Amino acid sequence: MTEALIHAMVEMQEGAALQRARQLLDTGIDPIKILDACSNAMETVGKRFEKGEYFLPNLMLAGEMMKQISEMLKPLLKAEKTGAGRGKVLIGTVEGDIHDIGKNIVTFLLEANGFEVRDIGIDQSPQKFVAAIQDFRPAVVGMSGLLTLAFESMKKTVQAIEAAGLRHDVRLIIGGGQVTERIKDYTGADAHGPDAMAGLRITKKWIGGQ
Amino acid sequence: MKERFLEISADADQKQEQQFAIWLSGDGIPFADSAAKAAYQERATLVKDAIQLSQKPGRIPICPSAGFFPIQYGGITMYDAMYDYEALKKAWVGYHLELEPDIYNGPSIIVPGKVLDILEMIFYQWPGHGVARDREYQYVENEYMQAEEYQDLIDDPTAFFLTAYLPRTFGALKPFEALPLFPPLNEIPLVPPTLMRFGTEQMQSAFQAMGQAGQEALRWRTAVGEINMRIMTQGFPAYSGGFTKAPFDVIGDSLRGTRGIMLDMFRYPDELKEACERLTPIMVKCGAAACRANGHIMPFIPLHKGADGFMSDDQFQTFYWPTLRKLIIGLINEGMVPQLFAEGSYNQRLDVIGDIPKGKAVWWFDRTDMKRAKQTVGKVACLAGNMPLDLLCTGTPDQVKTYCKNLIDIAGADGGFIFSSGAGMQGSKPENVKTMIAFAKEYGVYR
Repeated sequence: MTEALIHAMVEMQEGAALQRARQLLDTGIDPIKILDACSNAMETVGKRFEKGEYFLPNLMLAGEMMKQISEMLKPLLKAEKTGAGRGKVLIGTVEGDIHDIGKNIVTFLLEANGFEVRDIGIDQSPQKFVAAIQDFRPAVVGMSGLLTLAFESMKKTVQAIEAAGLRHDVRLIIGGGQVTERIKDYTGADAHGPDAMAGLRITKKWIGGQ
Repeated sequence: MKERFLEISADADQKQEQQFAIWLSGDGIPFADSAAKAAYQERATLVKDAIQLSQKPGRIPICPSAGFFPIQYGGITMYDAMYDYEALKKAWVGYHLELEPDIYNGPSIIVPGKVLDILEMIFYQWPGHGVARDREYQYVENEYMQAEEYQDLIDDPTAFFLTAYLPRTFGALKPFEALPLFPPLNEIPLVPPTLMRFGTEQMQSAFQAMGQAGQEALRWRTAVGEINMRIMTQGFPAYSGGFTKAPFDVIGDSLRGTRGIMLDMFRYPDELKEACERLTPIMVKCGAAACRANGHIMPFIPLHKGADGFMSDDQFQTFYWPTLRKLIIGLINEGMVPQLFAEGSYNQRLDVIGDIPKGKAVWWFDRTDMKRAKQTVGKVACLAGNMPLDLLCTGTPDQVKTYCKNLIDIAGADGGFIFSSGAGMQGSKPENVKTMIAFAKEYGVYR
């Protein structure tokens, strides 16, 4: 019953996907099955991205479809827990940098894949990261930055996390702009995601099964 | 409608030679002495030979992108540089005359803070205004145009910018919402209703802000002119003489934002393509006019949203490339050499972007595979760039030398290469920048 929905989402047919989701709802199907179908479609979209067949605009549109269908289902899902079963991720843009596009895309993908994400925003000092870790207790912390000044800020944030005695509680991933493997080593993070999908993949590898 | 910008014109070669002659002559620059003039002409000739692919230059011209590096190198803050023109002058002159790259990057990216203050600019945060005084200015992306407004943009781009974009992006220009359409101002009964819009207090305050900002921009321009002369008179030609953008990036960066334009490719494909077409002649004029006024040959064109990963090959060829190619052809027909700065990586685009006339453009890469670039687009265009920022910021001088050597061996073989950094060098270690310039100059000699 959900094949047509999955097909429409995977093939980037937004109108058809929304229409099919509405039709399915009208049949009285368990809304969880619709959500499962969306996740299924997102997984295929993700695989196509990994294979180089799909690109950021596809991820964006798939995410938009997922968001609109989730909105549609929301009133019917009140009792259901969302994001249950998967780990917590804290994400933010490091001090001195106010760019958020990359961070928002990664947040979007993580949430669409069931992670519980707390986005602490842009220009966040090492202290703010530490305080948020202490409060939220994430398994993974993502640091974003477009500018070269972010290299130092990321390094200082890693040091602050270490100094607060939290380094062994979290895995650290960095990404954005000019960030490379060399910068991963420089900052002392655990991984670097060259694109948004890589960020999701690495996070899944670390805590996906929990 | 007549199709333009598809073929190069019969006199494109001649126009390019004329424009090069103006640039190479150095006319109007009061050189310190005849040796400085000779050095200027020699350096400009290295760049010309690399661009035209006609002969191997004497050596590879060393033209890193200064970015905001001279500011930190001079020990001042970004705030100082944007508000104190004397401090800017000292830092800017110091970097160029001490490190001696072959070309001169003018400080046109160090915009005057007061102008932004007066106009209450919304789409950037700058030192002392949203970011700390020691940080660089940063763009605030937003959907400054809604998807439903494509038709307004297509109908009349200038009117759209005047009455919709400017009021949303500059606080002081909000009254421009009430600006009239100008073409109707051609019949006597339409004069009063058109002009009464200018009589309101709000509109007059907006024009006053424009006037004050303009005066400040002129003061800044005078200071920049002094900096230019201080450096160019010592024998350094400027690296670029204008600025323009790919039509798709005008819409993606400034109007619709990254998310917006990515979704528009699916939801509003026809409107997006038409809007890119409408902006093309405007962007050609923008780049050509500035270069002509400055006696230069290269408009700088930063490319953003066509990079690998930002869209599929099919989308690149449908939405991004057609009007970028028209921009390139349009500029070439004006005698200019488009300086195409492809941020990020362009590995998936190399075959497509080589569809341009030979010896008439520079493809300046950031993280693109230079070996493949040399084998593809490098056959028709001069290559530049690729010295990585992560290395300049965190590596050692020895690592820098190793990378320089390899880059020159690959991209510099047989000419057609301008040595440059992959992006503006802010955050680089001074010893790495010094090592890079000195080593590349020496190793880049063709023997």
